[in-house]
Parts: sequence; C-alpha cells; structure tokens
Amino acid sequence: MDIIKQALPYIQTGLKVTIFIFLVALILGLVVGLVMALLRLSHNKVLNAIAKIYVNAFRGTPILVQLFFFYYGVNSLGFLSMDKTTAGIVTVGLNAGAYFTEVIRAGIQSIDKGQTEAARSLGLTGMQNMRYVILPQAVRRMLPTFTNQAIISLKDTSLLSIIGITDLTQQGQVVIAATYEAFKIWLVIGIVYFIMIYLLSLLASYLERRFEVR
Amino acid sequence: MSMITVKHLKKSFGALEVLKDISTEIQEKEVVCVIGPSGSGKSTFLRCLNKLEEITGGHVIIDGQDITNPKTDINKIRQDIGMVFQSFNLFPHLTVLENICLAPTKVRAASKEAAKQQALELLVKVGMKEKANQYPGELSGGQKQRVAIARALAMNPKIMLFDEPTSALDPEMVGEVLEVMKQLAQEGMTMVVVTHEMGFAREVGDRVLFMDGGYIVEENVPVALFTNPQHERTKAFLSKVL
Repeated sequence: MDIIKQALPYIQTGLKVTIFIFLVALILGLVVGLVMALLRLSHNKVLNAIAKIYVNAFRGTPILVQLFFFYYGVNSLGFLSMDKTTAGIVTVGLNAGAYFTEVIRAGIQSIDKGQTEAARSLGLTGMQNMRYVILPQAVRRMLPTFTNQAIISLKDTSLLSIIGITDLTQQGQVVIAATYEAFKIWLVIGIVYFIMIYLLSLLASYLERRFEVR
Repeated sequence: MSMITVKHLKKSFGALEVLKDISTEIQEKEVVCVIGPSGSGKSTFLRCLNKLEEITGGHVIIDGQDITNPKTDINKIRQDIGMVFQSFNLFPHLTVLENICLAPTKVRAASKEAAKQQALELLVKVGMKEKANQYPGELSGGQKQRVAIARALAMNPKIMLFDEPTSALDPEMVGEVLEVMKQLAQEGMTMVVVTHEMGFAREVGDRVLFMDGGYIVEENVPVALFTNPQHERTKAFLSKVL
C-alpha cells in the first residue's frame, strides 16, 4: 500500500493530462468529423475528394506513425513548432475525426429521405434541415459507435507517452523507474484506465436513453 | 392569373423519361385531382411543382414566379406550398406540437407562443388537439396524416399538394383524412391531389387529370371524365378501378 501512496501524486498528474488531452482531442475530432462528413455528402467533387483523402490517410496509417509525423516530421520543417501536448492532441483528434467522419456520414445517410423532403417542402434550408431534423435523429443512431471510438481514442492517448507527454502511462513508467514495482503499478494504471472507460460507457448509455426516439 | 402554370414540363431520371410534355393551368381555389396507373408520372409531376425533383425542361410558374429560373429562391416559394406525403414523413424526434411549430419558428421567425397558439388551432381543425404532446410513433396512420396536414397548413400556404395521402392507410382510416381534405377544399384552398380515391376525386375535385405514360391524356370536370371518358386509355383505366 505504501507504494501506491507514493505513486498517487504521479498518477494524479498523469490522469489530469490524459483526461485533458482526451477531452480536447475528442472535441477536435467531433468538429473535424462533422465538417468532413458534410463535405463527404456534398455534391462538390473537390470537397468530396478532400474528405475522402483525409479519411483514407488517417485510417490507412498507424496512429504511432501519425504521432511521429506531426511531432517530429512537421516540426522538422521549421515553419511551425508544436509542443508535445499540441502534437498529441492533433494526432489523437484528427485520427478520431477520420472515424467520426464515417460514423456521422453513415448516420446522416441512414435517415429516411422523406424527412429531408418534408423539411425542404416546408421551406427549411439545407442547413436548417440538417440542424433541426436530420442531425438530432442521426445522433441517436450514432451514439453507440461514437462511444466505441471515444473509448479507442482514450486508450490511444497512452501512446503519447512515447514522445514524453506526462500522461497516465508515462507517469507509470516514472514511478516504476523509481520503485521497480512493475506488477503493482501497471495493475493500478490499468485499473485507473478501466474506471475511466467504465464511466464513459455509463455516460454513453445515459445519453442513449435521453436521446431515445419515442 | 392562374396559381400554377405548367408549360411543356419534362422530367427524366437518367435515360428514363418520366414526364414527356406536361402543360396545364391551375386556378386559385381550384381542386385538381390527378389519377392514372402507377408509373404514369403523376407523383413526379406533383413533386416538380415544388421542385422536390429537379426539372429537366419546360417551365413551372407558381403565383407568377418561374421556379425553373435558377435565380428564383425556391425556399421562399416552398413556404407557400404545403405538401403532404404518402408516408407522412413526420419528424419522429419531435412531438406533434413541435412538428407543427418547427417551420413557422425557424423559417418565418414566428414567436414560440404565436406558433404554439396557431398549432393548437390547426390541431383542433384536424381533430387532433388531445394528441398535441405525443410523439408521432404513438399515433395511428390516419392520425399521423392529419398531423402532417396541420404541419403543412402552419405555414399558411397558398397551395397544398397531396401525394397519395391515403394510400398507406388502413381502410378504416381513409375517411378521417379525406374529411379533413374535403373541409380544406370547401374553405377555398388551391389543391393538387394525386390519388387513387376515385370517390374523392369525383366528389371534391373541380377537375380531374388522367395521366398515362408521362402525358396528361385527358382532363375534364369529374362527372364528364368518369361517366364519359374520351380516350381509350382513360376508359381502360377507369374500367379497372371503378
């Protein structure tokens, strides 16, 4: 127990960093995902191609390579310098965004065409139709897949320890370097991740109930 | 001036030519029923009137404005054209009241209170006031369609389009919907009704268009068209449905 007590401040620091990066990356991913999904559904070939390239690029490469690309690759060009945290957020956020793009696109397309026709026949613009009619219905259908991707992204943040971000995983390594208690510490770190993800799925099922279509 | 003028309207889906050359005029307060076999293009014709379908050729002029002109703001025109669909298309995530209030508040920027007041009046009119706070999923087909009519009326349209409004209903619910439509017609609404209800067309229609193969084959006042059809195709169709 002593070791756990010793480790606690480190775990706290790491937990804060992990949660911060996860939340910012999640929001970035959702915004990018929504925009890209709308581009993907547009009839403009150029916009459509942009969204397709984005999705394929991020789905078709390992997230670790993406992390190295942004942190070492882009930074080496010299025209902008991202700190570790920014590079981490950008990587996890854009990676999640690629998956969100497909989830949102599929969700929007799953809504019956008659809904759009009814909305447009009442004089709603395309954007109003999206906002008031299609998205509220689509979001309900997307929630389970959203949750999945959010959980994956949360776990992906542990990779950021590789570039030295002081997240939960990296803090675990720090404690172990000082105490040599690999078994106990990794067990505790694992439990902390598990609890976070469990709470996330509780939140998701609460939201699913709230958005339920009667 | 007529409310709706259609001049040489053509509509193709790819290589398939659905409307070949449609011309007609519909006057204010006129009730026009469109009948014909399935695949004759009657629903497509109706959907061209508010440009739910892109128009391939010809002109559709609504109350003086040519909707085939790309400069015409179609959203503005559609505010004046209510549409009722075969499959209701109510918004399932909104209550009956919210369904009706959505367009007036978001498109016309009506206040919530005013929209609600008007919605309740419309619900009384279609006999659905007690269901105001329920969701579409809790209603029967006939009730859904009456709410859909109220939703379209909430924009105070000059024209109402009905696309086979009773075809998806159980037989015992057809009457309640036709009754509401009949009342609308009596109040002087300009209506275009694609329907298989020959009784309704005969009783309520001022004029009946018989469509087949992408053309208006014959049009006349209901009594004349039903009792004394001029074209062979009209006769053949009527002999099957009457």
